[in-house]
Amino acid sequence: MSLTMPVPDGAVIEGRADLIAHLARLLPADAVIGADSALAAYECDALTAYVQRPLAVVLPRTTEEVARVLRACQERGVRVVPRGAGTSLSGGALPLADGIVLSLARFNRILDIDLDNRCIIAQPGVTNLALTKAVEAEGFFYAPDPSSQIACTIGGNVAENSGGVHCLKYGLTTHNLLGLEMVLMDGTVVRIGGGKTLDAPGYDLLGVVTGSEGLLGVVTEVTVRLTPAPQGIGALLAGFGTIEAAGEAVAVIVGAGIVPAGIEMMDNLAINAAEDFCAPGYPREAAALLIVELDGPAGEVEAQMDQVAAILDAHGATSLKRTRDTAERLGFWAGRKAAFPAVGRISPDYLCMDGTIPRARLPEVLGRIASLSADYGLRCANVFHAGDGNLHPLILYDANIEGELARAEAFGADILRACVAVGGVLTGEHGVGIEKRDLMGEMFDDTDLAVQQRLKCAFDPKGLLNPGKVFPVLHACVELGRLKVSGGKLRFADLPRF
Amino acid sequence: MERLAPRNTAQVADIVADCSARGHRLNVIGAGTRAGLGHPVTADAVLDLGAFAGIESYEPSEQIMTLGPATTLMELDAVLAESGQRLAFEPPDTGPLFGEAAGLGTIGGAVAANLAGPARPRAGAARDHLLGIEAVSGRGEVFKAGGRVVKNVTGYDLPKLLAGSFGTLAVMTRLTLRLGGRPPGRVTAALLDIAPADAGPLMQRIAGSGLEPVAIAYLPAEVAVRERHPMAAAALLVRFEGPEAALPERLADLQRLIGAAAPVEAIEGPDSDETWAAVRDVAGLLPDGERALWRLSLPPATGCAVAARLAAALPGLRWFADWAGARLWLAVPAGADAGAEVVRAAARDAGGHALLFRAPLTVKAQVPVFEPPAPGVSALERSLRAAFDPAGILNPGKMGPA
Repeated sequence: MSLTMPVPDGAVIEGRADLIAHLARLLPADAVIGADSALAAYECDALTAYVQRPLAVVLPRTTEEVARVLRACQERGVRVVPRGAGTSLSGGALPLADGIVLSLARFNRILDIDLDNRCIIAQPGVTNLALTKAVEAEGFFYAPDPSSQIACTIGGNVAENSGGVHCLKYGLTTHNLLGLEMVLMDGTVVRIGGGKTLDAPGYDLLGVVTGSEGLLGVVTEVTVRLTPAPQGIGALLAGFGTIEAAGEAVAVIVGAGIVPAGIEMMDNLAINAAEDFCAPGYPREAAALLIVELDGPAGEVEAQMDQVAAILDAHGATSLKRTRDTAERLGFWAGRKAAFPAVGRISPDYLCMDGTIPRARLPEVLGRIASLSADYGLRCANVFHAGDGNLHPLILYDANIEGELARAEAFGADILRACVAVGGVLTGEHGVGIEKRDLMGEMFDDTDLAVQQRLKCAFDPKGLLNPGKVFPVLHACVELGRLKVSGGKLRFADLPRF
Repeated sequence: MERLAPRNTAQVADIVADCSARGHRLNVIGAGTRAGLGHPVTADAVLDLGAFAGIESYEPSEQIMTLGPATTLMELDAVLAESGQRLAFEPPDTGPLFGEAAGLGTIGGAVAANLAGPARPRAGAARDHLLGIEAVSGRGEVFKAGGRVVKNVTGYDLPKLLAGSFGTLAVMTRLTLRLGGRPPGRVTAALLDIAPADAGPLMQRIAGSGLEPVAIAYLPAEVAVRERHPMAAAALLVRFEGPEAALPERLADLQRLIGAAAPVEAIEGPDSDETWAAVRDVAGLLPDGERALWRLSLPPATGCAVAARLAAALPGLRWFADWAGARLWLAVPAGADAGAEVVRAAARDAGGHALLFRAPLTVKAQVPVFEPPAPGVSALERSLRAAFDPAGILNPGKMGPA
């Protein structure tokens, strides 16, 4: 992919020294980074194929400081890229040559733990896992659990609407969020959502800001719901001779009205990569592996484990293990959780894709991926949130071989096109970012994209917040705002009227 | 008033484009059973979407359905029941609250008002089940957003923005919904004779437990005895769902959890369904004569205390709590302002907000139906409205003065 970012503003780049001096007046001395050596750490996020050094990095500590920075940037026409922990897999935090990076790393405090109302208020730089750690002794947890939960921040989760293996039962970030404090590009501080209530008055701004990839505002405070820890947890691990059989078993489990905490699938390459990496005891011969986790009231978990075991068996499971023991259950998960590093060990580089498809189309799409793999001459391991149809093909490549990255990206784009072709979508949980930006036309036409960009204009009319992400073509807000006039002709003359 | 009844999306687009150019205002309706919700619309014509009824595609194995917004909830439920499925957010039938017959409300209306039933804390509201839309913006453009799968972060979540926008941003012409499975078994635990002061803490203890209650409501005595399934006394209700065989153990666990607070009495099968349908449809506050109806959103632990404060301040108040206290329904004598200042102050002090769900027009002329937003949010909402509907022709006035 040749990535075209917005044309840098030469005047802004020229004014860099003055900008840094100005930011230094607005913020404490240690909150502005301008030295080239220190900026290197911010050149990319977890989509490491793309790097760009920003003009400067700011590390504010308070909402007021964030507002000051944004107001100043708005006045000077300087672009801003917000950043949490930098774990985005879609390049959401890739800097701009003429922009600054606004890091929320110092917003790292939990502000209020309210167990009576089952919620927690935290600053956006608190890690996802820290939320659960703060309340687990009291019998609660924060449900969305992206694989990067040790490192990724709750602010980043809001920006990407992150999921995780347990979102089948407990929902995505958007279903677990109650309220936000957010600073708009012009420095206005707004509180959206309901605070500690489930509903908010007016338009659902919380819903539309969640997953907006840092294009609408900078989140400075987050209120999330807490979930009581389940009484019991059990897991089953089953190997299958074919992908189809495993896929069919998943459909029957879900169709039976059972809502597992998670259902994960791995294909043969992923199974063997995991075995080589940490020997979790997976069946090496299996074409597909299923991990089904059930949680809830103890008696119910036991009953549902019996039911699921019977379904797996009836669909030709070639191996089947079940456990209620915590250590053994974590063992089932060890290989799945380590899937990415495991693949990293058998290949110098890999690209992680993130399409979602209707569950029933799984065998067809995996077949398509296998044939693309042969065409492109690149291996592809598949891990899959099978319960909700979210596919993570890992394309193996070597960046040191001329042209191989481009080939891997073309392969990935074809996989996502295949997802869209069967009624699926480009991204289930990683976000569009820069990675899938130029594929947006596969799902949306120009009008669809214009409507979305006008929403962006309502929040950020000058287009200074994280531009170049999500939308393949940037239009000025004035241009988008123009009304098409149909020349005064009556277009609906022949309609039924009463 | 002129009534326009387009038969397809292209005709909706033509109408809206023309009306936008001419500044003709449209009152957008499905069945019109929720016209009483929100402020009255000032319009030059009615845009009747009645023709957009029916199920376009239904894939039970994917738990996904695409349908027209004018499909009635009653028809939808009948189709879903055949496949052992349901709308997990349990949209209420609000018709009778507005003097309409039961069973006429549409899915489009439920989405436009972002309704939700007793399972809201676990299952979400309409917003959480609307996966994709086709709609016509106030500019007369046909657009789509979202998708046909559960897990999707491609582009902004416009379905959430349109849910609860009362038709003021765009005219929805096609909806894709996420469906849930009907549970194999369900049972309601009734704890009788619980005093309002004890109900709040008890509900939080149950909601915070690992028992996975699907719904928790509290009906004070004067409301409980009016329910379609009348209780003998004030009732705290807890619904469990799951495999039939596991339910007795859930009731026993609940009894262990609450100790001597009350004996757990089981309401089974259809009686359980009927009880929750009554809670969902706010039937306990009907018939209500000249009363106004408030709907409060609160931090759950504050619900019953807010009710107690309001009961002391507003003579003749009747109320009940849903969502373990996070939802409070109040019926108050309408008077001139339905006690707006007292109600809104109590909600605000607790960290919540209040919506005037039903009131005579004379009251609505004095009192904003929706909680007035803070200045920054209000500016943002105006910009959003202008982005979607620059001429302000879609349901003008519905959510308050433009």
